[in-house]
Amino acid sequence: MTLKRSDIEKIANLARLALTEQEIPVYVEGLSRILAMVGELERADTSQVEPMAHPLPGQRQRLRADSVSETDRHEQYQRNAPQVEAGLYLVPRVIE
Amino acid sequence: MTTLHGKGVAELSAALRARELSSVELTRALLERATAHQNELNAFISITAESALAEAAQADARLQAQQGGPLTGVPIVHKDIFCTRGERTTCGSRMLSNFVSPYDATVVERLRAAGVVMLGKTNMDEFAMGSSNENSYFGPVRNPWDRARVPGGSSGGSAAAVAARLTPAATATDTGGSIRQPAALCGVTGLKPTYGRVSRYGIVAFASSLDQAGLLTRSAEDAALLLGVIAGFDERDSTSVELPVPDYSAALEQPLKGLKVGILKEFFDNGLDPGVEQQLRGALEQLRSQGALIKDVSLPHLPLSVPTYYVVAPAECSSNLARFDGVRYGYRCEKPRDLLDLYQRSRGEGFGPEVKRRIMTGTYVLSAGYYEAFYLKAQRVRQLISHDFEQAFHDVDVVIGPTAPTPAFELGAKISDPVTMYLNDIYTIGANLAGLPAISVPCGMVQGLPVGMQIIGPHFAEERLLNVAHRYQCESDWHRQAPPGYA
Repeated sequence: MTLKRSDIEKIANLARLALTEQEIPVYVEGLSRILAMVGELERADTSQVEPMAHPLPGQRQRLRADSVSETDRHEQYQRNAPQVEAGLYLVPRVIE
Repeated sequence: MTTLHGKGVAELSAALRARELSSVELTRALLERATAHQNELNAFISITAESALAEAAQADARLQAQQGGPLTGVPIVHKDIFCTRGERTTCGSRMLSNFVSPYDATVVERLRAAGVVMLGKTNMDEFAMGSSNENSYFGPVRNPWDRARVPGGSSGGSAAAVAARLTPAATATDTGGSIRQPAALCGVTGLKPTYGRVSRYGIVAFASSLDQAGLLTRSAEDAALLLGVIAGFDERDSTSVELPVPDYSAALEQPLKGLKVGILKEFFDNGLDPGVEQQLRGALEQLRSQGALIKDVSLPHLPLSVPTYYVVAPAECSSNLARFDGVRYGYRCEKPRDLLDLYQRSRGEGFGPEVKRRIMTGTYVLSAGYYEAFYLKAQRVRQLISHDFEQAFHDVDVVIGPTAPTPAFELGAKISDPVTMYLNDIYTIGANLAGLPAISVPCGMVQGLPVGMQIIGPHFAEERLLNVAHRYQCESDWHRQAPPGYA
């Protein structure tokens, strides 16, 4: 399977990744090789097989009670934020 | 008599409790050693000397008051993927190069509660994606057996630190072989427990249906001591399994007479280095001489592990890493024009080449029109691989094969071709896809480089794996060998 430059640009846009001019051909080549390798999966007959949803058989997703378990620690969490003002995360203007 | 840094967890535990040694004295010696070897090995991202000495002093006070447990005062290092309160957690990435977690991962919290002293955070492939530790934002780790070679990955720093006697033990994580492959390449013992056995809470997520925390140590005996502390149910991890934790040390000595060992036919097919095969055959003979019954088993779908993994893992990675947006934490680009530019450039500049490759592969296989052909197909093949293992365990107690196809390779040798690099994990990925526990133990040397034997068991058979590994280590001394210059 061979990807084109336009495929990589489309994927990068979906993944919200800015790529440089130099990176694009590297990913065209790399992803094409990976998808060719992944193409081997076609060899397996999976017509009667359900997709595996959990690595342990018979496990179900556990639910917890719908009750408050966390306290407000936004000051502590926001210490890792790039830009904060008055307890709010700052981003470039969204609405003109 | 072994040197201070040559002692393992069990020996240190005994010496600390007998007060032959103080934790401060031990911690200071290992911190000095770690610092002295940092330039040549680059095993650490952070050496946390100040907090380590404070923790060691607390441990000594508890030991003095006869309140210590078996691990009180024993030093450890954590792979820099485990969140540690108050100390930086980078995950080997520019994206998190300044991130300080507000909380401890469950693994860290449990070890801390047991009195274990953290010496530092180890280097790793960025976001645990890699098999050579060359993908770290903080530079590659070097293999202490030959510094021109890679230590394996992604837990390369943890494996190199244990091999070079900078620490008696290290935590690590394994999504496709990231504990076992570096264990093999560095000549140490590496245990990946069953999926769900150890909590994933506070571990930076890569591929959540495959990620599992485990240990790198110098013996199975040491791994058993530590697993007893980190294993167990945690309500903060929704896939944590509610099963009691056995005393892993209790079953170590059980004789191997009658143990049914399956040799994985598919692992001895093309691609296995003849020197590695020869060492492994020798180890199997050793197990046979202890009474193990050895037979061939076949897992016909196992050769499809690598393509299956390189759909499932990137798919989960693209979803998990969507959280890095340059807004709430992590790297933010300079002077964003608008919100879209902020997202795209923060991610484009904050992630390294391999991480971006995997995010894009994952985005592609999950996108409209390809989801069925790639993602669902891979999840169906995953079911077949898992079923193959289940069938094999009707006939045998454990299956054994090599951990990695070759000994450590040279830095730069495989970095330019992603598919060649991915094939390093050809023998380890199966256990992740099926959620099985597996351990790698040193079983020989090829041209001065260590080789690993991998033992895989049914779900929750950690006791059995540790028992087989320990009995093998009782009758061999590969695990006791230190790299030249690091004894």
